[in-house]
Amino acid sequence: MAEIKLMKGNEVIAEAAIRCGCDGYFGYPITPQSEVMETLMLREPWKTTGMVVLQAESEIAAINMVYGAASCGKKSMTSSSSPGISLKQEGLTYLAGAELPCLVVDVVRGGPGLGTIQPAQSDYFQATKGGGHGDYHLLVLAPASVQEMNDFVALGFDLAFKYRNPVMILADGVIGQMMEKVQLSEPVPRWSREDIERISGDWALTGRQKGRERHISTSLELDSYKQEIFNHKLQAKYRLMEANDTRHEELSCEDADYLFVAYGSSARICQKAMQLCREQGIKVGLLRPITLYPFPKIPTRTLAERVKGILTVEMSAGQMVEDVRLAVNGLTPVEHFGRYGGVIPTPEEIVEALKKQFIGA
Amino acid sequence: MTEEIIIAGFGGQGVLSMGKILAYSGIMQDQEVAWMPSYGPEMRGGTANVTVILSDERISSPVLTRYDTAIILNQQSMDKFEEAVKPGGTLIYDPNGITREPSRADIHIYKVEGTRLAAEAGNPKIFNMIVLGGFLKIKPIVIIDNVEKGLEKSLPQRHHHLIPMNIDAIRSGMEHVEKA
Repeated sequence: MAEIKLMKGNEVIAEAAIRCGCDGYFGYPITPQSEVMETLMLREPWKTTGMVVLQAESEIAAINMVYGAASCGKKSMTSSSSPGISLKQEGLTYLAGAELPCLVVDVVRGGPGLGTIQPAQSDYFQATKGGGHGDYHLLVLAPASVQEMNDFVALGFDLAFKYRNPVMILADGVIGQMMEKVQLSEPVPRWSREDIERISGDWALTGRQKGRERHISTSLELDSYKQEIFNHKLQAKYRLMEANDTRHEELSCEDADYLFVAYGSSARICQKAMQLCREQGIKVGLLRPITLYPFPKIPTRTLAERVKGILTVEMSAGQMVEDVRLAVNGLTPVEHFGRYGGVIPTPEEIVEALKKQFIGA
Repeated sequence: MTEEIIIAGFGGQGVLSMGKILAYSGIMQDQEVAWMPSYGPEMRGGTANVTVILSDERISSPVLTRYDTAIILNQQSMDKFEEAVKPGGTLIYDPNGITREPSRADIHIYKVEGTRLAAEAGNPKIFNMIVLGGFLKIKPIVIIDNVEKGLEKSLPQRHHHLIPMNIDAIRSGMEHVEKA
């Protein structure tokens, strides 16, 4: 069995990238995720696996370097925090439009604007609803532990190549800065040229070869009817993601009268709130969406049929709550509790919010 | 067993390192651990604190407002965290620089003269390990062998010659912790 280590979430992202055979990381520093690139620079993977690690001149440059590497069928990634992720949106919509796979890590901090460097979940809309222009989605994974920061890097690349779509890991300052026990994945080699031909040979720009059609990587189509057909194709892809790769976790839902819905570090805090509720005789369960897009609509709706009320807990003014309400569609009351601007909710105030909304305390 | 601990003091006192050593020691005895630092502007020239949780079960929230134990290294942290100790919980502090002694009657209060003992031993930097020793005497949640293994894991190889000195400091704290 692999060794157990004590590491920060951000450091684990870097280790996991090297170990999953990532070809290139392109980034620009910003708190609270600077340890990702710092760890990569210390580890110097270009001397071992041949992975490129490059500090770009800006976030915009970094995402466009990702575009370049991704169009060649390479496993490429970037990471940033909220203001930097806003800068990357043009690149992300182009990547989605050109159907290119890549991994983007957002360690969210409070906003808007430069905001604060403290943790937040206020970029849910930006992450799940497209973020840039045009009808597109990222596939969004929300880790709630340092172990998941490891696991979701390889998973993220798998899903990115499965769907030829950018994947985002949406973490926050808590998950990035916290240290926990982690079992790192076993290293796998980077893809060879033959591997890339086998896996992505029908689209990747691998150099003109005799006997095959020219590959063109673009998101431009001036014929609107053709552009609509392409949009149909994207929508079909998103329906496939919904059907096959929606992920969630349920904790203590079997006997629950009330339900918390929370992701990432809010889900961790809700687990404590759930314990406090149960000590007071209030049976609460937790539904933790692991994919935020596609959102676990069916499990949410199934649980909504059984509970008296749902409280979503987010470090935002109320963003995921809209997806929960769409899934529940009036079956049971859905209320929101949030702290934001870098403030982390306490388990005690979550318990009070649940009582106030549904029990009358 | 779940022990929820806050360690708080000035930046530079080794607050985060104390937490890291505790967390590593927990791993050495197969416990679940979480280490959550304060980060950002409040660290610069001000107070630093870290939450450490050791448990036999999956850890829920890494962010807490109530603690089983508070380890306090300066007055600002005393002002902030004395009230955050759960009733029946434990507060351990170094009296150096403390201008207002803790006063709660519903918690167990101990002091360790870490700063004074470290200065007498001619090595002021190890004061935090003396205080940690005091904590481990009162709350033996990790055994000293595992602390030693934890130090081996958390320190780079080039610092391993310092481990015996740190273990001695912990033992000194264990001997000198007293009820306040």
